[in-house]
Amino acid sequence: MEIKQTAVAGTLESSDIQIMLSKGNDGIQIDLESDVKKQFGDQIESVITETLKKFDIDNAKVKAVDKGALDCVIKARTIAVAQRALKTADQPAWEVL
Amino acid sequence: MKNSVNRELPDDLMKKLNYKDFETTDIGHPDIQRVAPKVHVTTGNDKVVDSIEDVVKKTVKDGMTISFHHHFRNGDFVFNKVMRIIIDLGIKDLTLAPSSLTGVMNDMVIEAIKKGTITNITSSGMRGSLGDFVSHGGLKNPVIFRSHGNRARAIEHGDIKIDVAFLGVPNADKLGNANGMQGDAVFGSLGYALMDAQYADRVVLLTDNIMPYPNTPASIKQTQVDYVVKVDKVGDPDKIGSGATRFTKDPKELKIASTVNDVIVNSPYFKDGFSFQTGSGGAALAVTRYLRQAMIDNKIKASFALGGITKPTTDLLDEGLVSRVMDVQDFDKGAAESMHTNPNQQEIDASWYADPDNKGAMVDQLDVVILSALEIDTGFNVNVMTGSDGVIRGAVGGHQDAATAKLTIISAPLVRGRIATVVPKVTTNVTPGDSVDVLVTEYGIAINPRRKDLQEAFANLPGVPVYTIEELQKMAEAKVGKPKPLEFTDRTVALVEYRDGSIIDAIHEVKD
Repeated sequence: MEIKQTAVAGTLESSDIQIMLSKGNDGIQIDLESDVKKQFGDQIESVITETLKKFDIDNAKVKAVDKGALDCVIKARTIAVAQRALKTADQPAWEVL
Repeated sequence: MKNSVNRELPDDLMKKLNYKDFETTDIGHPDIQRVAPKVHVTTGNDKVVDSIEDVVKKTVKDGMTISFHHHFRNGDFVFNKVMRIIIDLGIKDLTLAPSSLTGVMNDMVIEAIKKGTITNITSSGMRGSLGDFVSHGGLKNPVIFRSHGNRARAIEHGDIKIDVAFLGVPNADKLGNANGMQGDAVFGSLGYALMDAQYADRVVLLTDNIMPYPNTPASIKQTQVDYVVKVDKVGDPDKIGSGATRFTKDPKELKIASTVNDVIVNSPYFKDGFSFQTGSGGAALAVTRYLRQAMIDNKIKASFALGGITKPTTDLLDEGLVSRVMDVQDFDKGAAESMHTNPNQQEIDASWYADPDNKGAMVDQLDVVILSALEIDTGFNVNVMTGSDGVIRGAVGGHQDAATAKLTIISAPLVRGRIATVVPKVTTNVTPGDSVDVLVTEYGIAINPRRKDLQEAFANLPGVPVYTIEELQKMAEAKVGKPKPLEFTDRTVALVEYRDGSIIDAIHEVKD
């Protein structure tokens, strides 16, 4: 699916993650900031990538600022930002959940 | 080689620095020979000087050991004033041996290391940019971390031989009689600095408040002091301690605090004349509040409260619920003021507080202590020194010392953000599991299997589920996932002593 607009989801509160999704043309490129990058960086990036793939998003720029979010939060914020970027937020993609 | 708590120690450094491996928490009954300081005899009429620089030129030479106290915490002006002059005079190769290092000192310490002024450090801890700098290999020689009690022991043994102590005080007379209770920048107890005043070869007081002679009460005495330097300001009163102590509203912290209280109240130690230490921090302050109510309800009074003191503790003293406060440092203004007005709040030095090589220290008489943890592992070993990224960001403080108590409670959330507090193996072992009895989290408690008596006592407490510590560790891991192991180089950047002076763990340079 093609990204129609740059979108943001999430906050900078602790235990949350703020994700900005915009158009890209070289696969899914993630720029991750996180205090726990050393220990959980790979895991955070893989949750974001896998969730985007469920929306058939293969090319995107992702800017993620993590404040120690758990996987379930990362997944929820990724779903929200994907639907906003795809302009499908009025039709929640329940099957992705 | 590995020590008795299974930590790999650097053989070459251990040998070079003549260190022994940590073996046991049992101190035994050794015979100890203490050292005594040099005395430069004077009648005392020439001590007051206006220039720090003159005093530094007269006293500090290359290769010496200098010390400071950290009672001003982040309101300290003395450390930076003195170090600026020492650096600018081009003095080299000093050992810095303060009671601890606070954030306001970080930049100056880093500059002094880079310029070769400081080449060795021993401290209770370090945080922020300095911890980061050292963890990334910024200092050639390993930092030696010592608990407050162990620093007292090391000074008395001569392991730390202080050539010049620079001690900031909110008041002093012309001969050096001083205390921490009167003046602008008051901090209450001088507990840690009293060791330096007693054992340093040269004692330099810095004060912004010269009092008429003789100045009493004198915590530091004229018999110990070489120079009294008049400065503009020794500290910023607003940054010395937190102002009015506020109780936490965080439901997680309150849950932990009420569970800690349940554990104390249902332990065999909660009876008339018991003693306790709570420390600072949100949960610890809340514990004091719950404990107060439990003491009133059960008509129980404590014989003493110990350690770092806060206003909620001195309130208990005022109410008559605690007979004595044995005070080595004060964390807030209320506690500092109370020491001035209440004769039952006794100032104690670090040796009296916690030195293991003693004819009895206060911690040896302590019933209950509540301590914190950055990490605790399935062997009940506690890390209060390195963060989840392996970088130094803490302090031993009185942790190892107070864990000597009959009931040592570690209060900590199961996870902090995405970081598990209960882990399979702590990054740095500071306080060995043998001295820890109960872990309290917001989900429930775990009791050290060594303590069968406590397992029986806490088996059926309503609202306090008992888990094994392995179960709590798995619960944490299920929430946050399995972290990738931290990467370190082979280089040792710090050694952590146990309170008896043996080495309990080594801290390595982080790989970035």
